[in-house]
Amino acid sequence: MAKHTTSKIVRNRLRKEKIAKILMQLSGISITGSLFFIVGTILYKGLPYLSWEMISQSPQGGFYIGKGGGILNAILGSLYLALASTGIATLIGIPISLYLNLYVPKDSFIARSAKLLFDVLFGIPSIVYGAIAFSIMIWLGIRASLLGGIITITLLTIPIVVRTIDELLKTVPIDLTQVTFSLGATRWEAARVVLKYIKPGIFTAILLAFGRAIGDVAGVLLTTGFSDNMPKYIDEPAATLPLAIFFQLSSPIPEVQGRAYASALVLTFIILFIVLCTHLLAAKQKKHKL
Amino acid sequence: MKFRLWIDKIVQYGSAFLLVTKILVVVLIAVGLTFKSLPLLQNENLWTILSSSVWSPLKGNFGFLPFILGTVWVTLIALIISVPLCVMASIYLVEFASDRLRKSVLPLMNVLAAIPPVLYGVWGILFVVPILSNYIAPIFGVETTGFSVFAGGIVLAVMIFPILISIMVEVMQTVPQELKDASLSLGATQWETIVSVNLRKARPGIVAAIVLGISRAIGETIAVLMVCGNVPQIPTSWFDAGYPIPALIANNFGEMMSIPMYDSALMFAALLLFVIIFGFNLISRVVLNRLEDHG
Repeated sequence: MAKHTTSKIVRNRLRKEKIAKILMQLSGISITGSLFFIVGTILYKGLPYLSWEMISQSPQGGFYIGKGGGILNAILGSLYLALASTGIATLIGIPISLYLNLYVPKDSFIARSAKLLFDVLFGIPSIVYGAIAFSIMIWLGIRASLLGGIITITLLTIPIVVRTIDELLKTVPIDLTQVTFSLGATRWEAARVVLKYIKPGIFTAILLAFGRAIGDVAGVLLTTGFSDNMPKYIDEPAATLPLAIFFQLSSPIPEVQGRAYASALVLTFIILFIVLCTHLLAAKQKKHKL
Repeated sequence: MKFRLWIDKIVQYGSAFLLVTKILVVVLIAVGLTFKSLPLLQNENLWTILSSSVWSPLKGNFGFLPFILGTVWVTLIALIISVPLCVMASIYLVEFASDRLRKSVLPLMNVLAAIPPVLYGVWGILFVVPILSNYIAPIFGVETTGFSVFAGGIVLAVMIFPILISIMVEVMQTVPQELKDASLSLGATQWETIVSVNLRKARPGIVAAIVLGISRAIGETIAVLMVCGNVPQIPTSWFDAGYPIPALIANNFGEMMSIPMYDSALMFAALLLFVIIFGFNLISRVVLNRLEDHG
């Protein structure tokens, strides 16, 4: 009798384990599945509407009621915006993270609190940046323009660059910097050696920031405005791809909505391409030797 | 010789200058937001603004309660969906999965994290909203367009998967093997060990991950705006439309200049987001840093 109950208890415990394991597998599958699901949905809906005209022309008269044209202006606008702001963010972000790792002691109060601050800033949503930038622009009497968007997105991407590079700098062997210093190098010369060591990783950081910049809506909605013209001047409003998707999607006309799906597909391709590059570079960083 | 030292100094002061500037910009944002929301705060006291549910800018009524509750609803729904899934999946990845599986799933999470919010919004409109209105709502006997806090919650849940998973996996990997071995050698099954050792040991990290997820969810603008319905009402069920704070800011910036106090009210909304998210992020990062130092 006693033996019988124990085995029953054990069996119960094992059954629980089995159920838990199945639940865990199911959660894992649904989480990874969600990615394929999202990309799949956009692919399925967008592919029929994707055409060469879409990506090679700017909107023509009556574009928003379903007539001819494309979203080249938005693609270019987004690329300019993302390139410029990532470029500036990199130029500002790399010196900051080098400063925090090589110039001030790593465990000093300044380094620790600055890193904490950048971690926190990493999470500040772009709508907050957009809102404040917008009211500063109104205060200064500047209208929505490509430049306004670039400044906003730069602020948004600096924390990304700083944090990613900081993580990379942690992987630099301490011997490397110490050998450099012992040979009489200045901190800047040591920094150049370190930069060479993490070179592929720097591109990863840039690509991460680029991906964030090209996909952002809330920050550019208020600061960059929208325009049907090709972006030519930095002080004029410019179209951006995510915003083009958003606007076309809110149209009641099926043709225009279809274009929104196709635009979403274009953005998806850009993002997937960036992710692929990051992945390849990360693999390279692992093998990278000085 | 001198020249090299000069360059070194220049770089030093240059980067220190950049750092200080960047920090000043953050201070400027905080000060600017406070300054801009002062007119509203002088007009009415803070408590009335936060607890009133009347929102009619033309009459000068700025009650934030519907928006605060809208944000709370979508965030809670997102957590209810994503936290159990992510905890279970991270345990599986850490304890059961092969190295190969782990190495192929985690990069996929990076892809999910890289997808821009607007695409989540498109997915929400194309998939989540119709499913809700055609299949799920009828089960509960509710009529809805599908544009609801539930839809917002689902979209947000998927958006915070990557941040939850990556941090939870990292935290769970720091649980010492000896503790698990001790539990197993006493006859506990693996699941019992997970519940009483892994989860208990990793709890602060899991909480920190959830708090980071919350602050991501609170600040998310465009994806939520696209699927939530944006009706300034207090949601009473999962299928009601809601109007979260970021959507309020994004939707009304165009017209805020023509109505008195409107800009101040929207700036106050941005300040609210900034303060809440800054606080949440700070707490969870401090917890995570401490875990990293001890682990």
